[in-house]
Amino acid sequence: MSADPTVLLAQTQKITPPSIEYSSLSPLLIVFVVALVGVLVDAFAPRGARRVIQPVLAGGGFIAALVAVAVLHGRHAVLASGAVAIDAPTLFMQGTILVFALLSVLLVAERRLDSSGGAIVASAAITPGSKGSTAQQTSADMQTEAYPLMVFSVTGMMLFVASNNLLVMFVALEILSLPLYLLCGLARRRRLLSQEAAMKYFLLGAFSSAFFLYGVAFAYGFAGSVELGKIADAVGTVGKNDLYLYLSLALLAVGLFFKIGAAPFHSWTPDVYQGAPTPVTAFMAAGTKVAAFGALLRVFYIAFGGLRWDWRPVLWTVAILTMVVGAVLALTQRDIKRMLAYSAVAHAGFLLVGLAGTNTDGLRGSMFYLVTYGFTTIAAFAVVSLVRTSDGEASDLSQWRGLGRTSPLLAGTFSFLLLALAGIPLTSGFTGKFAVFQAAIEGDATPLVVVALVCSAIAAFFYVRVIVLMFFSEPLAEGPVVVTRPTLTFATVGIGTVATLVLGVAPQPLLDLANTAATSGFVR
Amino acid sequence: MNTVPWLTILLIVPAAGAVVVAALPRRHATLAKQLALGITLAVLVLAVLATFAYDPDKAGFQFGQSYDWISTFGISYSVGADGISLVLMLLAALLVPVVVLSSWDEVDGGDAAGTGRVPAPAPAPDAGGSPGQVGDGGIGGAGGIAGAGAGAGAGGVGGGSGGGTAVALAAPPVVTAAAPAQVATPAGRSVPAFFALLLALEAGMIGVFAATDVFLFYVFFEAMLIPMYFLIGSYGPVKEQAQRSYAAVKFLVYSLLGGLLMLAAVIGLYVVSADNLGHGTFDFATLRQMEITPGVQKLLFLGFFVAFAIKAPLFPFHTWLPDAGAQSPTGGAVLLVGVLDKVGTFGLIRYCIPLFPDAADYFAPLVLGLAVVGIFYGALLAIGQRDMKRLVAYTSLAHFGFIALGLFAFTSQAGTGAVLYMVNHGLSTGLLFLVVGFLVSRRGTRDVGAYGGLAKVTPVLAGVFLLAGLSSLALPGTNSFVSEFLVLVGTFTANKALAIVATCGIVLAAIYVLYLYQRTMTGPIVHEENRVLHDLGLREKLVVAPMVALIVALGVYPKPLLDIIRPTVTATYADIGKSDPAPTHPAAAHPASVHPASVQPGGHS
Repeated sequence: MSADPTVLLAQTQKITPPSIEYSSLSPLLIVFVVALVGVLVDAFAPRGARRVIQPVLAGGGFIAALVAVAVLHGRHAVLASGAVAIDAPTLFMQGTILVFALLSVLLVAERRLDSSGGAIVASAAITPGSKGSTAQQTSADMQTEAYPLMVFSVTGMMLFVASNNLLVMFVALEILSLPLYLLCGLARRRRLLSQEAAMKYFLLGAFSSAFFLYGVAFAYGFAGSVELGKIADAVGTVGKNDLYLYLSLALLAVGLFFKIGAAPFHSWTPDVYQGAPTPVTAFMAAGTKVAAFGALLRVFYIAFGGLRWDWRPVLWTVAILTMVVGAVLALTQRDIKRMLAYSAVAHAGFLLVGLAGTNTDGLRGSMFYLVTYGFTTIAAFAVVSLVRTSDGEASDLSQWRGLGRTSPLLAGTFSFLLLALAGIPLTSGFTGKFAVFQAAIEGDATPLVVVALVCSAIAAFFYVRVIVLMFFSEPLAEGPVVVTRPTLTFATVGIGTVATLVLGVAPQPLLDLANTAATSGFVR
Repeated sequence: MNTVPWLTILLIVPAAGAVVVAALPRRHATLAKQLALGITLAVLVLAVLATFAYDPDKAGFQFGQSYDWISTFGISYSVGADGISLVLMLLAALLVPVVVLSSWDEVDGGDAAGTGRVPAPAPAPDAGGSPGQVGDGGIGGAGGIAGAGAGAGAGGVGGGSGGGTAVALAAPPVVTAAAPAQVATPAGRSVPAFFALLLALEAGMIGVFAATDVFLFYVFFEAMLIPMYFLIGSYGPVKEQAQRSYAAVKFLVYSLLGGLLMLAAVIGLYVVSADNLGHGTFDFATLRQMEITPGVQKLLFLGFFVAFAIKAPLFPFHTWLPDAGAQSPTGGAVLLVGVLDKVGTFGLIRYCIPLFPDAADYFAPLVLGLAVVGIFYGALLAIGQRDMKRLVAYTSLAHFGFIALGLFAFTSQAGTGAVLYMVNHGLSTGLLFLVVGFLVSRRGTRDVGAYGGLAKVTPVLAGVFLLAGLSSLALPGTNSFVSEFLVLVGTFTANKALAIVATCGIVLAAIYVLYLYQRTMTGPIVHEENRVLHDLGLREKLVVAPMVALIVALGVYPKPLLDIIRPTVTATYADIGKSDPAPTHPAAAHPASVHPASVQPGGHS
């Protein structure tokens, strides 16, 4: 407003450049640079070379960042003028996100699934139903932009769990969301469904981002700062405008609950999971969940930790609603991806149960659960991408009939993963559930655990139904074809399945890691 | 301590065996069978050796081993055996090889040498027609010749049904006509998978009895469901696809629901232990010493009890049993009712009573009431059944009533009787299921009406059937008499009214057993097909021989088992402050007053 140049000058002179601890931010920076390089590669590299360079670049970047995360372990500091926090839970979740991203890149890079190429469309701009649209289904091309988009999204996720400041958190939210909106629209088959998914996700996501931003504004109005630590301090003092506080809490929660897919903000999940290319769905289901939970934990544990008696009932309500909606609606699904989407909703509910314990055990349990769930769900979606008809994925449940007879190994693996999702002992799903439920009972949330267990039983029913279809029914005459050559997808399924088994049988190392992270706590 | 880790060996042998057998390609069906039989016999030998190594007079768990597993939650791999778990492990180790032998030809329809000598009108509906359905003719024997013949005719199409051009993921290449006999497997059922499931089930059963860590127990309790689920769903009656899926899902969901309620109680127990002791633990011996407030006890008791009541099953939680029993393959049904369900009653005496003594006391009238209702309800429904497998399943409901009655009478006599009852029921009902299975494999139907007058055609089968039935109704001289008598005497000293009511249930037992025998084995031969049924083959005789021998031997001389069981049971009740009521009348008066009643049904026969 003010046009007086001297005043402006005087103000700028007062600003000292923030000291940036580049080494501590290295995981974020590596991924960010890789994303930028990816954009350049897409602009300049020849078409054929991109399909090789891009996945290698992205994967290499993720591995490098993972190494950086490992090197940083034990760091406990607020960086970049209070914008970013690096502490044990953050590093744990950043590492988790990177591992899941790595697995998802393998799925995106898979090109032996279809007659032509991978799950990503050749040219997203072609109108569905037009002449070019049918041609591109068999084109060997793909939109290699998918890789940099994914890497950008990972940058956002890693920043999301590390942000110590609500504005940075909002920026991270956008960095992680916008590429995902695009990625959802890139499915090679069923273009209309895919575009619908992208549109729906974008509109609802933008709406929820607005809620989040509004919440940030109220938080600032209340505390005079957007830093999580300062908000926490303000919560402890009297004489502030409590209305702003509660409004801010409610609005921020809406934004975050949307991202984790908690009821009643879950309605995008089935449509988006169904329409998005399956590798992207896997990536979203695992990665976004970790990121959103990381942010949720930071906001609830740090900024509003002093208010836990106020938000606990809300959390209980949302958790119960989420579990019931997820479990019950999954019963009625006939599409395997939609079913897994509702199962993701139910699992978000189980995670919230761990959070409701509001103790260190809850933090540990939630982090452990996120890892177990991510591995299992990525592997499950990878299996889904293997069962195909001439028309793309055989996502309708009836097409899975008798798969146990025709491809016993695949069906057996998928059954194992489903049993893990159902939480049968000796799978990681059970250890994860045990960890969060134990935390909840420890934190006096026993009724919530009973609801969670009943929902688990309901959920078990629809997982088991798929096993029944696969093993106890006669195969269809014109059944789906299981693709046998996709090494990358096999690798993902293998890693996910082995992780599911190992974390079920010998979870102690990871529990130790989560325990160390949880007890060292968040930095403020 | 003992240096031989008996229990771990008992656990690892079948588990490793399951992996090995499962890894066998489908065409090596015979090898899979032989391996399974060898492994299960080895387990039996090991279990018998362990029994000899067991010292019944020592208190506490023997063969104990404990290693940290998930130390964050105080979970350890701890195993140990007491008198109760030892005899049940022995029962499991005995029944599994029997089941393996009895299921020899059940999955692949049998080759001509086995039960295939069936002159009965073999349906062979789809022979040659639709390749995928080759050998869909009937369960086991009925489809025998038809299956083998058609299989040979149709060449190698049977196995890889539908997968011709498809790229079946790692499906064993069953495409060449190299092994025509195995190709006859109905609807692509895999023989190695079946026996691998049996072995996995055996590992689970031994684990569940051996665990002395509550968490480990829970893990086995739930993990055991999965092989059973696949046994029912994949290997149940070929033609009843919808029913067996239904039965399998019902079984799994019921058990899971109970299991999850128990999980809540297990976690609750852990949290209580963390509050009481400062560090959470799942170690049974430690938990047992812990004082829990009565209010919490009641909640935790209910969590465990519902799971065990579903498993056992007790009266209102039983509805899955008839379905699961009828739709299991015969071997599966024997293990389901013979051993798996015992986990429920075992859990009652191992966990519910010692961990929550006040709650057990409080809920005892309820449990006793349900037990007595179960005795009558099960017996009455059994009388009304036409489906033989369902009938046997319902009789089990009555038997489980007796077991629960004995456990919650809180006298060492009744408790010992109840544990012995668990073993005896496994033998007698197991044999009953086996014989019914033989009948069904000959005629392909479970309907009682399809039989009649078989004693003339198949005298040996009829004789075994009668013996199994008489053991089931606890005729003196058979094994069950001893246990039923002990349960009733022990209950009488604690609660006269219930004992008298329960005794009347024996009359009903006589009705369902004798009525069943009468309708199937005696009278004129109504159906012409039945004239040509063949008697028990050598394999089948080998299957029933050990069971028959044990039924008679334990009926005459039950002391070895009682010596193992009694000290543990007495210690369990003494631990919770339940000593046997001192006899106020001359001791002989009680048995004398009950004795005639319990012998009465025997008189009718």
